Amino acid sequence: MRILPNVELAAFGIDPWWVTLIKVVAVFVTLVLMTLLAIWGERRIVARMQMRVGPNRVGPGGSLIGLMDGVKLALKEDIIPFTVDRVVYILAPIISATTAFMTFAVIPFGPEVSFFGVITPLQLTDFPVSVLYVLAIASVGIYGIVLAGWSSGSTYALLGGLRSSAQMVSYEIAMGLSFVAVFLYAGSMSTSQIVAAQERTWYILLLLPSFLIYVISMVGETNRAPFDLPEAEGELVGGFHTEYSSLKFALFFLAEYINMVTVSALATTLFLGGWRAPFPISLIPGVNEGWIPLIWFFSKIAVFIFVFIWIRGTLPRFRYDQFMNLGWKILIPSSLAWISIVAITRGLRNSLDLPTGQTIALLGLPLIAVALAVFVADWRKANAEIQREEEVFVIKEINPFAGGHPVPPLPGQVLVEPTDVKQRILNG
Amino acid sequence: MAELPQMMRAFGVTFLSMFRKVTTEQYPEEKVPTQERFHGKHQLNRHPDGLEKCVGCELCAWACPADAIYVEGASNEEGDRFSPGERYGRVYQINYLRCIGCGLCIEACPTRALTMTNEYELADNSRTKLIYEKEDLLAPIQPGMVQPPHSMIDDFVAQDYYDGKVTGASAEQFAEVELIKQKNQGI
Repeated sequence: MRILPNVELAAFGIDPWWVTLIKVVAVFVTLVLMTLLAIWGERRIVARMQMRVGPNRVGPGGSLIGLMDGVKLALKEDIIPFTVDRVVYILAPIISATTAFMTFAVIPFGPEVSFFGVITPLQLTDFPVSVLYVLAIASVGIYGIVLAGWSSGSTYALLGGLRSSAQMVSYEIAMGLSFVAVFLYAGSMSTSQIVAAQERTWYILLLLPSFLIYVISMVGETNRAPFDLPEAEGELVGGFHTEYSSLKFALFFLAEYINMVTVSALATTLFLGGWRAPFPISLIPGVNEGWIPLIWFFSKIAVFIFVFIWIRGTLPRFRYDQFMNLGWKILIPSSLAWISIVAITRGLRNSLDLPTGQTIALLGLPLIAVALAVFVADWRKANAEIQREEEVFVIKEINPFAGGHPVPPLPGQVLVEPTDVKQRILNG
Repeated sequence: MAELPQMMRAFGVTFLSMFRKVTTEQYPEEKVPTQERFHGKHQLNRHPDGLEKCVGCELCAWACPADAIYVEGASNEEGDRFSPGERYGRVYQINYLRCIGCGLCIEACPTRALTMTNEYELADNSRTKLIYEKEDLLAPIQPGMVQPPHSMIDDFVAQDYYDGKVTGASAEQFAEVELIKQKNQGI
């Protein structure tokens, strides 16, 4: 296996304190701004997808809607119900929000730049296992939700919190598994080195299944539509944050949107070459140097956020069992299978020293054939089912007055107009 | 798996919808006219000479399923006439907090005195303000009309009014109202 030299990591942890401070503040401000923009973008884009206009009152094109939402929430009455466990109740949103911010510490924004004469990477910090750190922090974030549900002293909040955390725990497994292939290829768990390893080819091309699994699980992980069933605004009371109001609710809200930005940034880093320019542009010299990569980084995040919004505007909400089936019975097994394939391929390449083309031919083609066969078989089966259903649907009309009582038609039956039946009865 | 192509089509639908014309009306800035038959605010109509069509029969109040209309009739006296015929509506109130806009009152009205306009901006900030009085509901005086009370056109009976034989106020009616005005100023 190719071991990347640990040179780049040497650039971290040696910044003067004021550079670190600037970076921390910059990351914080960026995240808050991204949240405001994401709220605005989401409301406007979903509105357009539903042929509405969306918020257009405050600021140019309604762009200050997020800010106004925040102000409104802050000015609302802060109700703390009588039955709550006060300490935990107040702690829960704080845990949620802080962990959401913390993840971004290891996301690389760009290459090394000069901060008033100090050469430093555009990344708060990095260490050899920073992707594991991301997963760990995300797991701690779940505590915020569990504790919120638990401390609220309300059944709705408890059940909602339980469901939310069950959902996030399940999807974290699939998420973690989808990273494994990236680790195998990059030979590192440090975000900056994973970006460095994608200098020539992005992992989305090499590891497309991993990417797809990650994208699905990241939507599940952030508790967003179509996986927002524990909160299901229109159907349930509101899940784990039922008993929260004012700023504490705003913190959960903020955490949700920051998580959205975070998982997008992680997807960018792990699969889309991080801050590197996309292919045709990357041929121009100088586009991957200095401050310019910020453009690529943020546009990639914007694309992911758009996809989030697009998914929300398109897919209906899952049922709980469907959702759990998808996570445990499809995403995790297929992820495991894919990791085995990747591991075997890597192993073959390293031990037999086969060139890539031959490895792919040796392993990939039979696999593709098997996959195709499975897909075709499945498709034909489903088609046959549809045909059978159609056959059932042609079935005769029913007499709505069977046994002297009016009866509704069952699935697959067609109601006869009552007048026709009367006629027929009269005619004998 | 077989639903996958259909799901992808759904993504296409939402994506293309972004570029379609929005159906939102920018209400307070752009007021889109309602349909002609929209059930808006009521109006108490007048005959072409300015006399009121309402005869105070209360059929509208009886027809109202929401009990939103209150009518008190009174007799027309010589020299104090508001409508052709015997009676007129002295008090006429519609409570727009109760009105459901069904239009049954319109159907019940025997003289076409009560009709509905397309006016839909009926919001206000107190309950009393939303009980509309007769003067809020009466149609405005048009050119050719004179403000009642005044007598009917000479030689006309109430039936002539209902038959639509009146086309406008007569010279006598104008003179009568002018006389009353002068008398009032004299006092």
